[in-house]
Amino acid sequence: MFLTFLTFLPLIGAMGLAFIPKEKEGMIKQVAVAVAAADFLLSLQLYAGFDMSTHLMQFEYSIAWIPSFGVNYHVGIDGISLLLYIMTTFLTLICIIASWSVKKRVKEYMIAMLALSTGMLGVFISLDIFLFYVFWEFQLVPMYLLIGIWGGPRRIYAAVKFFLYTAVGSLLMLVAIIWMYFEVQQQTGVLTTDLMYITENLNIGLDAQKWLFMAFFLAFAIKVPMFPFHTWLPDAHVEAPTAGSVILAGVLLKMGTYGFLRFNLPLFPFASNVFMEYIAWMAIIGIVYGALVAMVQEDLKKLVAYSSVSHLGFVMLGIFAFNHYGLQGALLQNLNHGISTSALFLLVGMIYDRRHTRLISEFGGLAKIIPVYTICFMIVTLSSIGLPGTNGFVGEFLVLLGIFQADGMMAMVATSGVIFAACYMLWMFQRVMFLKLDNPKNENMEDMNCRELITIVPLIILIFWIGFYPKPFMKTFEPTVEHLMTRVSPDNFRPKKHNDEHHATAVDKHEESSSHSEKPKEKSHH
Amino acid sequence: MEHIPAPAIDFVSLAPALILSVFGMLVLFLDLFAGKNKNLLVFASLIGLVLAGVSAFAQSNLPVSSFGGAYIVDHLSVFFTLIFTFSSALTILLSIEYNPRNGIRAGEYYALILFCTVGMIVLSSATDLIMIFLGIEVVSICLYVLAGIKRDDVRSNEASLKYFLLGAFATGFLVYGMALLYGATGTTKLAGIADAIHSGQVNSDTILLLGSVLLIIGFGFKVASVPFHMWAPDVYEGSPSPVTAFMAVGPKAAALVAFYRVFATAIPEVGGSWDTLLMVVAVLTMVIGNLGAIVQTNIKRLLAYSSISHVGYLLIAIIARNSLGGSAIAFYMMAYAFMIFGTFGIVILLGEKDSENLEISNYAGLGVKQPAIALCMTIFMLSLGGMPPFAGFIAKFYILGAAVKEGYIILVVIAVLNSVVSLYYYLKIIVLMYMKESERELNLSITPITLAVVAIAVFGTIEMGLFPDPILQLTQQ
Repeated sequence: MFLTFLTFLPLIGAMGLAFIPKEKEGMIKQVAVAVAAADFLLSLQLYAGFDMSTHLMQFEYSIAWIPSFGVNYHVGIDGISLLLYIMTTFLTLICIIASWSVKKRVKEYMIAMLALSTGMLGVFISLDIFLFYVFWEFQLVPMYLLIGIWGGPRRIYAAVKFFLYTAVGSLLMLVAIIWMYFEVQQQTGVLTTDLMYITENLNIGLDAQKWLFMAFFLAFAIKVPMFPFHTWLPDAHVEAPTAGSVILAGVLLKMGTYGFLRFNLPLFPFASNVFMEYIAWMAIIGIVYGALVAMVQEDLKKLVAYSSVSHLGFVMLGIFAFNHYGLQGALLQNLNHGISTSALFLLVGMIYDRRHTRLISEFGGLAKIIPVYTICFMIVTLSSIGLPGTNGFVGEFLVLLGIFQADGMMAMVATSGVIFAACYMLWMFQRVMFLKLDNPKNENMEDMNCRELITIVPLIILIFWIGFYPKPFMKTFEPTVEHLMTRVSPDNFRPKKHNDEHHATAVDKHEESSSHSEKPKEKSHH
Repeated sequence: MEHIPAPAIDFVSLAPALILSVFGMLVLFLDLFAGKNKNLLVFASLIGLVLAGVSAFAQSNLPVSSFGGAYIVDHLSVFFTLIFTFSSALTILLSIEYNPRNGIRAGEYYALILFCTVGMIVLSSATDLIMIFLGIEVVSICLYVLAGIKRDDVRSNEASLKYFLLGAFATGFLVYGMALLYGATGTTKLAGIADAIHSGQVNSDTILLLGSVLLIIGFGFKVASVPFHMWAPDVYEGSPSPVTAFMAVGPKAAALVAFYRVFATAIPEVGGSWDTLLMVVAVLTMVIGNLGAIVQTNIKRLLAYSSISHVGYLLIAIIARNSLGGSAIAFYMMAYAFMIFGTFGIVILLGEKDSENLEISNYAGLGVKQPAIALCMTIFMLSLGGMPPFAGFIAKFYILGAAVKEGYIILVVIAVLNSVVSLYYYLKIIVLMYMKESERELNLSITPITLAVVAIAVFGTIEMGLFPDPILQLTQQ
């Protein structure tokens, strides 16, 4: 119930905002901040009450929603979703504070922001495929409006592209969902869309697994976005307002990686193994391609957008390294990207507010004029590169460690992405902050104000916190990683030799799932 | 002389149709005394519709058949009767303010709607080819007149004439198809045809197949499926807006349920031979409906093409020919009724005294000037596009489910890709409302009854999206 309350609190707040007259902008902003802050603070309770020793779902709540379809309102969180959930409430709060300077249609803006928050939170807690799909599509609308109304010059193009791209992927996923829905009914006689039940009880033949995997893959790969499905991202990022970009990078893209972990791996372990190598290579192409394209960008936001493609390549690579380190690294890097890239977008938004341009060539020598800003920018840049002592290092190191165990060749190519990242980030930093101050328009820029510091400082604290002491974060997903690894392990599909004594309970599960997965091999069904 | 026994008739189960016939005649009669003020007629028609709707639910021991098995009242037809009476009532509510503003004074308008509703009820209960023909003709003739009821408007005349000529042509195909089916199986009863096919007593497979194909053409005209859709955009554009909404829901639903009954209960066993043809029709209907809608600049033409594409989705449920398909059509049409009446309510609200403002560019800037109306329109557009958490999504899920269950995966994939295309033009309206500045100020008179219809429709669209279970249970009995 608590989780439901937390998830719908922003939506209730949004409905409340609808009753405030639109002239009272100050009040609207205050209410929005209050709702977001309450939601964030309460969501910390989840961390406090979270049992870190189990991979099972916690704070679960299930009630029949559409009994005729067998659809339940079933929510809960585990190690994969806990931190993403808290990050969502956290970034929503930051974004609303960062949106203080929005002048146009403030009321609608805040309503869209809070509604978006509910949509995203719902995605991370849904344990029913139908419910998941509802939230997954629902959050598109406020994001579409945020880009389309408050965005830049090409906002309509970007908004429609964002919407349609995502819709293509998710509608094919819907077909896959419906297929599984009838398949599970045929196999067990139970009409249900409950994810937990389907994961445990559905046996899918290898051929069907491949198709279903691809349907889900497309939906999530577009969202992540993986190369070559990434083309909507730079447009959306460049045109979106600052807060929109932050949410997009910080949370929306994570929904894609989350989807892989929640659906693709546990539901289709067989197909996951089959496709593992291809996806890993796609991720690597994304890493290198994103980095190379970022290098030649002239627009700061576009540069950060392409760096996102590159960074999320690391996350995907970690997931499809299929080992402990890789998965840990992916989950951590997921978080890191949300922190660092959000901070970068906020910082870019700040100079855009002052100069109304984001072209790198317009700047130069800013370090002398706005030193505090420069320091913040530097820290975030270094975190994005992955300098030891910052969060980026821990995550990337783990991912690379994981992929090195899987395949040395892949590790070699992927590592080049780290080097490229240093190139484009530092080069950009140099051109913006150092060099000669030759543009007179920059001379009167003001340094960061108090409100802007409030949005950036918490992110910087997190950068160092995870950089120096990642344990409080890592231990939340430890058992889940363990469990997921046993589920997707290729050993499941080989004839069993001997049992592993270390994880007695895990092996029980693992035997169950392996017997499931082996059956389809013998009987081919259509 | 041989004694001909009178067929058993269960008058209670016929109550909705009988009540509406009586009230239709009553309205015609009252029109003699009503003069310029039509409120009395409106009142009488609404009472008739409410009584008919209530009496439909007063049945027990369903299914009941009458006229020697030519007419059956089952749960499907009861649910459709509900859709028909409900959508006719909304049509009348929308007309109250629309008609005087647009110079429609004819009192028979209301009677025609009631008679048309009778035809639809007959059609949804018909289990005999003759009865189906009777229902279709009652519906069509009323619609021909309704389309042209704006007597001094050339477009309305054109709509009426076009509809009449093409409709009459299509009826020819339908009758021919029925005749061939009768020739092949020796009976006009749907159950009898199914038996004959099942026991192999078919005179000629070729004639049977030819009959099915002609029936597909005939029904295809009535539901406006491609390539028999050309009348729809013109007729939708020319007819008065409430009549357009009416046509898009009730008669279409009635024709679909008859279509479903013929193809899913009478000749499902020869399905292998006609379902490829129907699949081609369904795919073409979706694709051409959606592509056609993209380029439209008139909101009523856009909705006409959108309704063509929706027929494409609905045909999928017929192709699936399982019981889920029938329930899915029922649920879909109920959801569609809410969405369409809401949308047309807004189309009517946007009309001014001297201009109906039917260009979609008139919607620019509506999000700022009329945020509530724009929000409602957004909900309808998203729901028509099949986005959760609105009724359109549940309806689409249901239809696609019926097809996936029978293994028509490719068809379903084509359908969902089409719904992405459809999202494009639904989003176009939202883009206009929220992201563009208006070109000129509209002098809107926000009329309360039309607004109430929109409010009912919004409520229904959200209700059926968030808590569809009560209505799902009604359709699944």
